[in-house]
Amino acid sequence: MMRLSWFNVVSLTLGFVFLYLPMVILVIFSFNESKLVTVWAGFSTKWYGELLQNEAFLNAAWVTLKVAVMSSTLATALGTMAAYVLVRGGRFFGRTLFSGMIYAPLVMPEVITGLSLLLLFIGIGLDRGVMTIVLAHTTFSMCYVSVVVSSRLVTFDRSLEEAALDLGCSPAEAFRLVTLPIIAPAVISGWLLAFTLSLDDLVIASFTSGPSATTLPIKIFSAVRLGVSPEINALSTLMIGIVTVGVIAASLVSKQSMIRQKREEQQAARAQ
Amino acid sequence: MQAIEFEPWDDPQQKPLIRFQNVTKRFGDFTAIDDLSLDIFEKEFFALLGPSGCGKTTMMRMLGGFETPTKGRIELAGKDIGPVPPNKRAVNMMFQSYALFPHLSIWDNIAFGLRRDKKPKDEIDRRVEEMLKLTRLEKFARRKPHQISGGQRQRVALARSLAKAPKLLLLDEPLGALDKKLRQDTQFELMDIQETTGTTFVIVTHDQEEAMTVASRVAVMDEGRLIQVETPARIYETPNSVYVADFIGDVNIINGEATAIGEERYRITWGDALPPLVATSAKPFSDGQTCHLAIRPEKVTISTEKPQEADNAVQGKVLDIAYLGNLSTYHVELPTGTIIKAQTANTRRIARRNITWEDPVWLSWTATAGVMLAE
Repeated sequence: MMRLSWFNVVSLTLGFVFLYLPMVILVIFSFNESKLVTVWAGFSTKWYGELLQNEAFLNAAWVTLKVAVMSSTLATALGTMAAYVLVRGGRFFGRTLFSGMIYAPLVMPEVITGLSLLLLFIGIGLDRGVMTIVLAHTTFSMCYVSVVVSSRLVTFDRSLEEAALDLGCSPAEAFRLVTLPIIAPAVISGWLLAFTLSLDDLVIASFTSGPSATTLPIKIFSAVRLGVSPEINALSTLMIGIVTVGVIAASLVSKQSMIRQKREEQQAARAQ
Repeated sequence: MQAIEFEPWDDPQQKPLIRFQNVTKRFGDFTAIDDLSLDIFEKEFFALLGPSGCGKTTMMRMLGGFETPTKGRIELAGKDIGPVPPNKRAVNMMFQSYALFPHLSIWDNIAFGLRRDKKPKDEIDRRVEEMLKLTRLEKFARRKPHQISGGQRQRVALARSLAKAPKLLLLDEPLGALDKKLRQDTQFELMDIQETTGTTFVIVTHDQEEAMTVASRVAVMDEGRLIQVETPARIYETPNSVYVADFIGDVNIINGEATAIGEERYRITWGDALPPLVATSAKPFSDGQTCHLAIRPEKVTISTEKPQEADNAVQGKVLDIAYLGNLSTYHVELPTGTIIKAQTANTRRIARRNITWEDPVWLSWTATAGVMLAE
């Protein structure tokens, strides 16, 4: 093992304290007995119990989940299609303009996106609710998906599609049977990205949600304005837990498949 | 018993399987194929040979249906295939990168095309088994492409493209990724498979040895045109231009002026310091016309004594010896500075070799050894 110099130890510590201290405090205080957030009065899990009784929070969580699943699925379908056309469509009129335009929402301030969507929904007389949040989230997460998928398509060996055509596939079959299975990892990570974006979006959701539907980030934000309650700490701790487990699981799976592929390639090399 | 020669191109009764009629292909301002006409016959193993960028891959992609000609007509078995998309052509292609589907097993890769035809399952199974046997891949049927070696992948690609029993199989630099020894073995395998299946093969390659080994006819291409289309032996022995002579194998080119001295017999003067040469040519040359005499190094004899009764003999000094094991190539410098290569087979052990660097030697060849070329 390499010994780190004192300078490296200090910078490492500072960096991680900066990143994780707020979260650690939040987790610790979620187990606080007292109702006062800043005063420690002993260990307790009662806020987790209370959280499960809180209808408003549970409803908001359910809406958030529904919105995230629907919008990320829709965004993945649209984003993949857009990426495919822009990478593979050849040189059609206005292609450069379109490729530029698909990336624009990445740098657009969310407030502007939210406001313009609000105006649109009012203009066409759409009642704000789950439906409008799904549409809004699809709009802004679609471009992230298309960035992820098109970066995969650029390195995709085009002769694979030609081989599929050569063996009797129609272009649609070639996409379904060859292209899609091969770019699936990129499509899935695009979906996950859209899902997380939708899950923690506050700004756009607050423009496009209505009285009938509130998402969890909006609920937490409005509750905090009345004062931070230990219940919210408990909820946030749960979310941190879920995300941590998800990230660790995903990295374990990808590491496993990498090790397996390497072993198989070595076997193949020996078999020659 | 007399062996039947396979020469459908010399038989006017034969109908070609593929016919290019004045085909031109342009990409923007660049002309990839320039007004080219060519017939390829059934059961031929036809090689398109040329340097990169000569248009050979474009020809193949037009046959596969991935490019359409700008002008002209391509016929397959008498029908214009211009408007037919690749998935509706009785043509299959083996790609340079093999293009094996990485998410499918070897079995599923080979069955891919058969499944698209909605064939019954037992028929597909039978055909895939047959293909695996033909390419000796039975053991690897359940593996994925990344779990097998490069040579095996190449055979899977071949099996997959042959599975649908196409009228025509296109091979795009099929052996480019293999090392030399494996490539030579695979060339013979390819020829065997071509003979067994009776399929017409069109191969694209930049490797002249490969084209000479496998093909029944070779088309030498340059800048979108066919320079010469002939059997490997005729391409080698009677090239029609300096370009072909130089592209195929090693050659000495001697530039001079021709003067007729008899029937199909010419004297070539090439510099004042050297005696004129004698060569034959079926093609007529006018007196004083510039000509290029192409002589293969193995047809030049090297000796320490002045040879008797040689049509042509010149004296020079050994500059370099390239020892290749089975052969040695001597680079001999003439008094004028011209370098002529002579090749001999090393039928004796090297210790007995009696010619070495700086030795004065005689080079000689017969009047029929070289080919006189106008351009």
